[in-house]
Amino acid sequence: MSASPSGKPSRVGDTPLVRRTLITLVLLVGAVLVLAPLIVIFAQAFSLGVGAFAATIAEPDTRHAIMLTVIVALIAVPVNTAFGLAAAWAVTKFDFPGKRLLIVIIEIPFSISPVVAGVAYLFVYGLQGVFGPALADANIQILFALPGIVLASMFVTAPFVARELIPLMQAQGRDLEEAATSLGASGWRTFWSVTLPNIRWALLYGVVLCNARVMGEFGAVSVVSGNIRGQTNTLPLHIELLYHDYQTAGAFAAASILTVLALVTIVAKVLLERQGAGRRSRVSVAAPVLLAEGQRP
Amino acid sequence: MKRRVLPGLPLALGITLLYVGFIVALPLGALIYKAGTLGLEDYWRIVSSERAVASYRVTAGSAAIATAFNLVFGMALAWVLVRYQFPGKRLVDAIVDLPFALPTAVAGIALTTLFAANGWLGSPLASIGIPVAYTPLGIVVAMAFTSLPFIVRTVQPVLEDLDPALEEAGQSLGGSDWTIFRQVMLPLLAPALMAGVSLSFARSLGEFGAIIFIAGNQPMSTEITALLAFIRLEEYDYQAAAAIASVLLITAFVMLAVTNFLQARALRYTQRS
Repeated sequence: MSASPSGKPSRVGDTPLVRRTLITLVLLVGAVLVLAPLIVIFAQAFSLGVGAFAATIAEPDTRHAIMLTVIVALIAVPVNTAFGLAAAWAVTKFDFPGKRLLIVIIEIPFSISPVVAGVAYLFVYGLQGVFGPALADANIQILFALPGIVLASMFVTAPFVARELIPLMQAQGRDLEEAATSLGASGWRTFWSVTLPNIRWALLYGVVLCNARVMGEFGAVSVVSGNIRGQTNTLPLHIELLYHDYQTAGAFAAASILTVLALVTIVAKVLLERQGAGRRSRVSVAAPVLLAEGQRP
Repeated sequence: MKRRVLPGLPLALGITLLYVGFIVALPLGALIYKAGTLGLEDYWRIVSSERAVASYRVTAGSAAIATAFNLVFGMALAWVLVRYQFPGKRLVDAIVDLPFALPTAVAGIALTTLFAANGWLGSPLASIGIPVAYTPLGIVVAMAFTSLPFIVRTVQPVLEDLDPALEEAGQSLGGSDWTIFRQVMLPLLAPALMAGVSLSFARSLGEFGAIIFIAGNQPMSTEITALLAFIRLEEYDYQAAAAIASVLLITAFVMLAVTNFLQARALRYTQRS
């Protein structure tokens, strides 16, 4: 907005005093709350020198934790992506009873404490759980092993891909797909050639956020993994272990890997938002969809 | 009702129901079942024990303070990002998401080191008599950090779309900036602010990773409810763990309902204007 002829600023809060005060205040608090932790991580990681940093990363337990974290993500993220696509296809391309309830249930993990998720899994697969005794008889280890970590990770990230796709596919409607199938394209062909190109950035956006969360998940994994060093320790759990062992520099060295991942995620997020993915106003998937449903004539 | 022409409903719905049932519903059902086997009297004894009630007070109280802080700071941050131009603005806008992207355990050790009595921020604060790490204030700091983006990201788009004519009308009637903000703009932003507040509060209630490092984890004073459930598990007191976790679960359901209601209202409000 340009200044009015009298030289007075034309919008609320545009006086230099207000503007400068607010910008300074916000940047100051932001620096303390967000930037300072970021700097501390790298300062601590390299506090004993680059050699010590490299030594921590090269340590077998740390390498194992990194490997385990990558393996968990390699399983959980693709499965979750397939689920997100299936859920979005079912919810947005068809009408069926119980649809709204399904959307709300998909969103549930987003609002549940990760510790509660971990505890809940214990009561399914643990010895005191529903399937625990049967699994123990069959000698199948779910908890305190890779399957438990993967399952808990899939629980906490279940809504991540679906919540990016559902509002977008809802807005895009069904006309293109209906045209494709009426021209004789198969379901898969329609999906690959018509739907997927339209949702690819949103899909990638969901995958990137899902991956960041899976690799960084702490609470749920901490309950179901049993924290066995060199066996069931993911990178976040390994960080806790080093930290409580008073190996602060080592803990921060491991933490700096996840911090780099977080920064890469943010850059990817910004780039994908430029492609139109991830409308910011939408933090919950249920509200917009329910609203759109309600407004349908 | 439109005629259904698209294929793939059985497959897509089948996968969805299988996944939701197996990954989400089954564990939550098992938790509720486990808590249900306790019997009303035992259940009530556990969830109303002195230590549990103290943990609710610590969790809800800290979450309320953290959310109040984020309400003011988040609003100011959204305002600055939408209304002003300054160097580095895009960087600030991007870095607002850091608390979402940074693993909670990493945030936890970073905030603890920063706010410890010998930390960069902790030592000046401690010298003026405000210890942060290992006190209830530490919990507030961790919660404020992890839920920071919610209010910014819900208010930002609404503030961007706010009609300048409304402000101009206020100005032509001789209102001061502060009056126009309070009486014209704030009511329009209120639904988005409320939606952000409920998201921020819900997230703070469930936060675990960032808090356990910076909180002293002392029963009765700096022990959050999620940690108490975790401790009961480590003591092999599964029934108590189930009961306390079920309290968190019920709270999450209530917050989910409140959040969806407020978000739907916020969206309806912005779409109408």
